[in-house]
Amino acid sequence: MTEVKSVVCPICGCLCDDLEVTVENNAIVKMKNGCSVCEAKMIHGYNSEERILKPMIRKDGKLVPVTMDEAIHKAAQILTDAKYPLLFGWSSSTSEAQRVGVELAEELGSALDNCCSVCHGPSVMATQEIGIPTCTLGQIRHRADLIVYWACNPWSSHPRHVERYTSFSEGRFEKSEWKDYIQKVKAASGKKKLEAAARQSRVIKYQPPPRPQTCTVDAPPQTIQKMGRKMIVFDVRKTMTAEAADYFVQVEPNKDYEILEALRCLINDQELDVEKVGGVPVEYLKEVADALVNCEFGVIFFGLGLTASAGRFRNIEIAISLTRDLNKKTKFVISPMRGHFNVTGANVVFAWQTGYPYALDFSQGYPQYNPGEFTAIDLLRRGDNDATLVISADPGAHFPKSAVQNMMKHPLIVINPDLNCISRLGDVVFPTQWCGIEYEGTAYRMDHVPIVLRKVVEPPEGVLNDEELLTKILAEVKRIKAEKAAKTPPKSTCATKKEEAN
Amino acid sequence: MTELLIKNGFVFDPINKINGEKMDIAIKDGKIVAAVNEKTAEIIDASGLTVMPGAVDIHTHIAGGEVNTGRILRPEDHVKDVERKTAITRSGVGYSIPSTFTTGYRYSKMGYTTVMNPSMAPLEAKHTHEELNDIPMVDKATYPLLGDWWFVLEYLSKDKIEECARHIAWMLSTTKGYAIKIVNPGGLESWGFGGNVHSIDDQVPNFCITPREIVRGLAKVNKLLNLPHSIHLHTNNLGLPGNYSTTLDTMKALEDIYTGDKPVCHITHLQFSSFAGDGWGNMKSAADEISKYINNHNHMTFDMGQVIFSETTTMTADGPFEFTLYQLSGHKWVNADVETETSGGIIPMHYKRTSAVNAIQWSIGLELALLITDPWKIFMTTDHPNGGPFFAYPKIMAWLTSRKARMAMLKKCHKKAQKRSLLPSIDRELSLYELAIVTRAGQAKALGLPNKGHLGVGADGDVAIYNINPETLDISKKFRTARRAFGNAAYTIKDGEILVKDGEIVKTASGRTMWLDVNTAEPCVVDEDMKRRFREYWTVEYDNYPVFDHCVKVPEKITVKASV
Ligand code: SF4
Ligand SMILES: [Zn+2]
Repeated sequence: MTEVKSVVCPICGCLCDDLEVTVENNAIVKMKNGCSVCEAKMIHGYNSEERILKPMIRKDGKLVPVTMDEAIHKAAQILTDAKYPLLFGWSSSTSEAQRVGVELAEELGSALDNCCSVCHGPSVMATQEIGIPTCTLGQIRHRADLIVYWACNPWSSHPRHVERYTSFSEGRFEKSEWKDYIQKVKAASGKKKLEAAARQSRVIKYQPPPRPQTCTVDAPPQTIQKMGRKMIVFDVRKTMTAEAADYFVQVEPNKDYEILEALRCLINDQELDVEKVGGVPVEYLKEVADALVNCEFGVIFFGLGLTASAGRFRNIEIAISLTRDLNKKTKFVISPMRGHFNVTGANVVFAWQTGYPYALDFSQGYPQYNPGEFTAIDLLRRGDNDATLVISADPGAHFPKSAVQNMMKHPLIVINPDLNCISRLGDVVFPTQWCGIEYEGTAYRMDHVPIVLRKVVEPPEGVLNDEELLTKILAEVKRIKAEKAAKTPPKSTCATKKEEAN
Repeated sequence: MTELLIKNGFVFDPINKINGEKMDIAIKDGKIVAAVNEKTAEIIDASGLTVMPGAVDIHTHIAGGEVNTGRILRPEDHVKDVERKTAITRSGVGYSIPSTFTTGYRYSKMGYTTVMNPSMAPLEAKHTHEELNDIPMVDKATYPLLGDWWFVLEYLSKDKIEECARHIAWMLSTTKGYAIKIVNPGGLESWGFGGNVHSIDDQVPNFCITPREIVRGLAKVNKLLNLPHSIHLHTNNLGLPGNYSTTLDTMKALEDIYTGDKPVCHITHLQFSSFAGDGWGNMKSAADEISKYINNHNHMTFDMGQVIFSETTTMTADGPFEFTLYQLSGHKWVNADVETETSGGIIPMHYKRTSAVNAIQWSIGLELALLITDPWKIFMTTDHPNGGPFFAYPKIMAWLTSRKARMAMLKKCHKKAQKRSLLPSIDRELSLYELAIVTRAGQAKALGLPNKGHLGVGADGDVAIYNINPETLDISKKFRTARRAFGNAAYTIKDGEILVKDGEIVKTASGRTMWLDVNTAEPCVVDEDMKRRFREYWTVEYDNYPVFDHCVKVPEKITVKASV
């Protein structure tokens, strides 16, 4: 039995790196500090019945196990035969694997895209329009006295975000609001119990602490005047995160843009001639605007509710504009809640090798970028590509039907540790190791902080990791291309002439 | 093993006091040697060509979190300048924030063999190293930002220099860094809550320390640790009119730390710290005042931070300064603060001849380089990409070596700048020998790299050969020819291998990453208390913080013995 400390969780963009894992007989049997999502995967999930252990090729409509060499050759053959392949996924691979991925795409002259195009692509586009004032998560832990979660629900999507980085974390200049929250929960968990508690502590008359204010009630807004850190949540429904907030504003679906714009007006001291914006009484927004302007250090975290609702990247742009304006009055930052643990890494690696974070194309021999053109869904919908490689992603579950149908018309290669929707549809299916459990490598946290994932157990025998696998495919592609080139006489282009002259 | 003989070139090797002598340079197994076997060695006929040590860049932002955020921010910067994949080179994009491969190739084409990345948030050090791994063709190193690190502020405010030194030693080794980088000392911590410091004696909020104490403290630490380079400083009030007095104050504050041997501080991109006037309207050059001081003192070195008239991207750890630029321009703006350590910002920039301020800046850079009489004190940089992209270096070389070239440019500048410029009064033209100092020898010496920047026996086999015949080509007159020659090296040789021929890449190499392993007599104790402090200060565990050995692809560990 061994205990491994400081293990990094390879699940969400929080990239918590304080897990303590107990390993017995090459299996994780116990762990500390992880959230429930993390425990579910690390203890039971990663070695499920669905685990793929052998490479498979579709023969006569059925996936049959083959040797690794055969599968690699087949995959390389598919990719070199295709005129315009698409390589998609990458958000749950290590940076080392992503690096090889870019080289493979360049070698093939293919399209290359990562999961960013279906999550925070609009956030990237908005950043390219007007930039982004942001910071690392520790900065928020130490300094933020106002935390706004907009259209995201960390309570379930990033369970330790609040505890590690925002309201409940203990910083140098700001204290944790954990105790306050416990009190709130107690208040909600039954008046009687609390009254008894109150009697015991000899408080004559128990007053439950104020509940988070919701703008849907008709009473005038309660002022957000509590001391210490404040948390405000904007969302279309009252999520668990909203329950924990000091102030909750329920937004009408698809009205985020209007509300953000209204807040911009208010913080710039302009009057609004309407009573409600996006279903929210202006009085409430004024209350929020005051809180935004009067904080020492504020932050807005936003999620897919903002990137995927009407307005898309314009929503993010206006949220960033609001943050820019706020910086003229106080210190304010904004940050996207990135989902998969290394989707940020995919952007980072693609950008340093090519200049662009996603939606890439190499068909001209150099990197080109155009979201809407080279983004996977758009490309598939138009039926532009004639082979697909999917790695560590499941477009089978998340892409629109028309995109998946077009993908199915052509050969499909899948690299994934277990059988997900898309690997069931693959023509060549590779097993791979779980990164962060069975092999190490770098990942980038949602705030771009790089952390090296650890290896805690040995991978199943014969199963390679993403990087090794891609390197082999790349080598085989190069070999096949060289073989083809040797067979066909070279075209006399300027480039070859020059080479001959040398 | 591989032997190379460069025959009959005009050799400019200032460290060995060789000034244009016709001679042979021999390389064996990647190192300069006295002689090789002429029969078996590969021969380069360099007759009629200029031979210099491989060029060294002391300050260029080419890798890491900030640079990469700049790449993501600016697709419009990349589309106009692309590089196709070839049989031996990777594709990429160029212009002000080139992709990693392109960065390496372009440096190599100009005869550069060593480049230093001057700005790395320690928390994001792994990122910087991953990118450096992907920058081929050159040796490189990177400086961690340490001037506003909480540990430093806390130790120095209590005057605990030795403890501070031990932690700095730990940090340099942990981040695989090369030198102590200080940016707007105290200002970055203040920026955590949106503030700044405005003189070297302002108090840093919450920490009971001043910029003066930080800079002096770290200069002392640098000495105690015997680091090869001095502290590398970006001054307070950078980029603001009237800031030259702050720069003078800073230089004066370090005089007594100098003991006559090695310089104690390198002020980087001096141009941005040499503004006179009290507002943008009457902003003017302080090159005169600054250079007078520097000509009378020997305790520091500098680099230019020359402005190029071009589109570019400014990026610096000086978050408050980038915020000022944002307020001035309203342009797209990135702020990127890093917990416990530093801040950062990015703003696209277009330096225009028709802007009085930009043209004055352009003039200041050249005035400084020409008025500071000792070329071993001020080196050629653009603070890439802050003053302009590095591939514009041949232009600067022309302006430095040719009065005609710079006057031609000045004539095209804003009238106000023409009137205020000191350039018409300066006749000095750098010789090839002096040019070799400001582009390699001086930089290598200031960096404390004994095997770089010269061609003596034992030096690294890094050589640049340019198509310039000093006997027949007067570079001060034919500056365009010279410019072309400097932009397309006839040969770039790295570790004895020919990587570039006639301005084209013929071979690729990965280059090494140099880093300091600083040994203190009593190592910094990493006890439970430090781990606890660590956990409180950062959101990353102590065990996960270091740049592990396997993160650096081709490392070159340089061991330093500290006197503490
Ligand atoms: S919050 Fe995210 S990273 Fe942290 S333990 Fe849970 S799933 Fe893992
Ligand atoms: Zn710089």
